[in-house]
Amino acid sequence: MSWLIAGLVFWAMAWVFNVWIARSAWADSLAARIIVPVLFGFTLVILWEALVRHFNVSQVILPPPSMVAQTFAASTDILWQDFRQTVLKGALSGYIIGALAAFGTAVLIDRSRFLTRGLLPVGNFVAALPIVGIAPILVSWFGFDWHSKSAVVVVMVFFPLLVNTVQGLQDTDAMSRDLMRTYAASYSQTLMKLRIPAALPFVFNGLKIATTLALIGAIVAEYFGSPTRGMGFRISTGVGSLSIDLVWAEIFVAAIVGSAFYGGVALIERRVTFWHPSQRG
Amino acid sequence: MMRSVLPVLTVLAVILGVWWGAVAPMNIRVALDQAERADLVVVPEGSVVRRDVSVWRLIASNTEHVATGYALERPRLPTPTQVGQELWKTTGAMVQRGRAWSKRSLIYHGWITLQSTLWGFALGTALGILGAVAIVYSRVVDMSLMPWAIISQTIPIVALAPMIIILSSQFGIDGRGFPKAIISAYLCFFPVLVGMVKGLRSPASSQLDLLQTYNATGLQSFLKLRLPSSIPYLFTSLKIGIAAALVGTIVGELPTGAISGLGARILIGDQFGTPLAIWAALFAAAILAGVLVTLLDLTQRITLTRMGMRS
Repeated sequence: MSWLIAGLVFWAMAWVFNVWIARSAWADSLAARIIVPVLFGFTLVILWEALVRHFNVSQVILPPPSMVAQTFAASTDILWQDFRQTVLKGALSGYIIGALAAFGTAVLIDRSRFLTRGLLPVGNFVAALPIVGIAPILVSWFGFDWHSKSAVVVVMVFFPLLVNTVQGLQDTDAMSRDLMRTYAASYSQTLMKLRIPAALPFVFNGLKIATTLALIGAIVAEYFGSPTRGMGFRISTGVGSLSIDLVWAEIFVAAIVGSAFYGGVALIERRVTFWHPSQRG
Repeated sequence: MMRSVLPVLTVLAVILGVWWGAVAPMNIRVALDQAERADLVVVPEGSVVRRDVSVWRLIASNTEHVATGYALERPRLPTPTQVGQELWKTTGAMVQRGRAWSKRSLIYHGWITLQSTLWGFALGTALGILGAVAIVYSRVVDMSLMPWAIISQTIPIVALAPMIIILSSQFGIDGRGFPKAIISAYLCFFPVLVGMVKGLRSPASSQLDLLQTYNATGLQSFLKLRLPSSIPYLFTSLKIGIAAALVGTIVGELPTGAISGLGARILIGDQFGTPLAIWAALFAAAILAGVLVTLLDLTQRITLTRMGMRS
């Protein structure tokens, strides 16, 4: 009983505190912007712990966060091994290959207005499709190791990136293009000095969408066969063997990696496209 | 609109051409194995020997067997016509025989997937709109919820999918549709939330001030100004949301041992080694996505025209 009350009291106090901060004079300061969401997330974890302990939920169904934290600390070597297999080998390699391929294709296609007009609707449509479904096909083509995961990631990130880059390359106004022409700039000069920089906000938008897709692709592909390591492998076997705490630790890693990956790309975006209105805030 | 028909058709034709061309190198090894078993002359003999020979040399030295690769029963890469035939066999042909709801029909599986998708879509949209209203009207919700809404999207949902299924079965909800709907709601929630926050904040402050001079209540200014001006944003994000919801349902079906639904067809096709079934299910999912987005697009056009936002 006491667990439930403690959890609810903490929730109420955190809520009051957050309301107080949001109404106070410091609401716009950086500290408030960090403290409020962190406290909100922390409250959710405390509530989870309190509910699980109060209702005595079996740990093969939903382990309390404290136990997940213990498992996390105790099995860092397994988690690190899975991280290397899934994220570094599968997702990251596929992400880089897919991004380079999409960027190259976009620059080539961009030379022809005809192709651009035809490819944008098709690419937009394909980008909305459940492409993860090709995972079993690619696993049977490229084998069980990380090459097939990488291939799934390449296909998944390619189309969103392609569409964004092609749109970005068209995002220069006639005035700027005319200016380049009065400078007698060649095609490649216009491309390097005007159009690629102008396309960068779009490219980064695509790159940010692709970070999540890359992780989803790498993990799903492991459900269809993988060597005996990898995050997707650990999750699917962990559910079967009732080591749910390890699965949650794995989910925690996935969440951290996903957020860090996204945050990293967003950070690079801020450094590279500092001139864009959306970054000047 | 009409100007892009020819380019789109050209691009599609190029894709089909590349696909068709890729069938020969992809299938040549399987085709040669099959020909060898039928006691036909194959150069070089023995599939182990052939493993070290490149596919292009195999094609060049066995030109008469290339055609076999285009008519395999279990191809590594089926031809577009094979996929089309399989699609027709499991949809149109079943309807003609009056067996549209048989377990082998993609219409049945598509319907299962569609149901979960629509439930997830409805749930995700409702939560997204409510969340957006709360964010627009309450500063503390804005500050605490918005960062987590963004972080939640960077978490690969597939990792959570098996857990959602375990949890929902523990709460006595054993329908297979429910966990799938939760996953698709999770994916569909974010685009709707972001779009609606943008939409509800889109009225200019002069417009809000005008309503204040009319002595309008908060509810009135919400119903008469904020809500109508958010509709274009809503539809744009609904179109993204429905596609995301379909992805969510199929992802929810893939790793969970589902037995019905398009994702389950993909899974079963993988386990039984019938690539044609996988390809047919993939294309059925693509067609479903296309139909859903087109329907929403039509609704958007009609609604916006009625509301006078489109000329």
